[in-house]
Amino acid sequence: MLLTESGEHEVTGAEVSTEALWCSAKDALRATGWEAKPEGLCKGEVCVPLPAGRAREFVDGGRINLAALWRHLGRPAVRSERGHVWVLSESARERQAALASLEAPDFALPDPSGRMHRLSDYRGKKVFLVTWASW
Amino acid sequence: MVIAVAMDSREGDPLPWIDAAKPTYPTLIDREHRLAELYGIVNVPQAVWIDEAGRIVRPAEPAGAYEGFRRMNRATREMPDDVARRTAQAKATYLDAIRDWARNGAGSAYAFAADQARAHLPTVTEDTATGQAMFRLAQFLLRHGERNEAERWFREASRLHPDSWCIWRQGAGVTELGLAAQPDFWERVDGLGAKRYYAPVDMPGMP
Repeated sequence: MLLTESGEHEVTGAEVSTEALWCSAKDALRATGWEAKPEGLCKGEVCVPLPAGRAREFVDGGRINLAALWRHLGRPAVRSERGHVWVLSESARERQAALASLEAPDFALPDPSGRMHRLSDYRGKKVFLVTWASW
Repeated sequence: MVIAVAMDSREGDPLPWIDAAKPTYPTLIDREHRLAELYGIVNVPQAVWIDEAGRIVRPAEPAGAYEGFRRMNRATREMPDDVARRTAQAKATYLDAIRDWARNGAGSAYAFAADQARAHLPTVTEDTATGQAMFRLAQFLLRHGERNEAERWFREASRLHPDSWCIWRQGAGVTELGLAAQPDFWERVDGLGAKRYYAPVDMPGMP
């Protein structure tokens, strides 16, 4: 199971070790948006060249090592002890840069009836976004 | 408008409160503390002010909260009079500021200019970002019945992001009132010493 910025993604046939998370190209693209191209590893228009001589750490035939890619990007990749659940998130630098743009990061969260609300649904109104908790 | 977000991992927990409040605004449930990742929320209540164009005009800050509870009688939950007064004053001051901004927008003295807003942003570090990722892993494992491992990740997340009371309290046990305020909570609060439980708010009149 991969938990990424876009949600929870079931992945079958991934090969996992302490340092590696090899996924099929299809699963990698679906869960993370990243894919192998001649330029390197890319997400949309953004490409990251692979370090010289180390391409095999990242790409092997049709598979991508997402853990290696995440380390290369300086992003947290955290895995359960058995390696059956991985969290791939954004780096501190990316989060900080997003905040520094002052553009309120968009999110989608459910109300009690399960209906999803996005912050961007309320563009055009001032939003007082306030957190609370039962605990 | 108000968007209220419950930072509650056990989805059912906030429902009685929402029912009782009969809100006229969206009340959302943030099981995995997405807002902590995106906005640097570390405690509740914290708020972010966002203008019509989707720009942050006040980054995450305690929303009218005063930490007077640290001086309450822990057996009877009674507050000394001066603490109760300051708590009420903090809430009233903050609410007045929100109303002023709702009326006056960028002209409000409480809306930060861009450079001020940037100066008030929370700091995201590699440790805090990794801690939030571990928190998400812990939530997933807990939801899928792997409590023992989840608890280890809660502890590790809290070690990497010690300023987050959201992480610590969601990983902690709760009292019969559903509050993460067992003796270990009070120990941790007392351990703050002169440090604040709610970060200071840069607003005239706030304690």
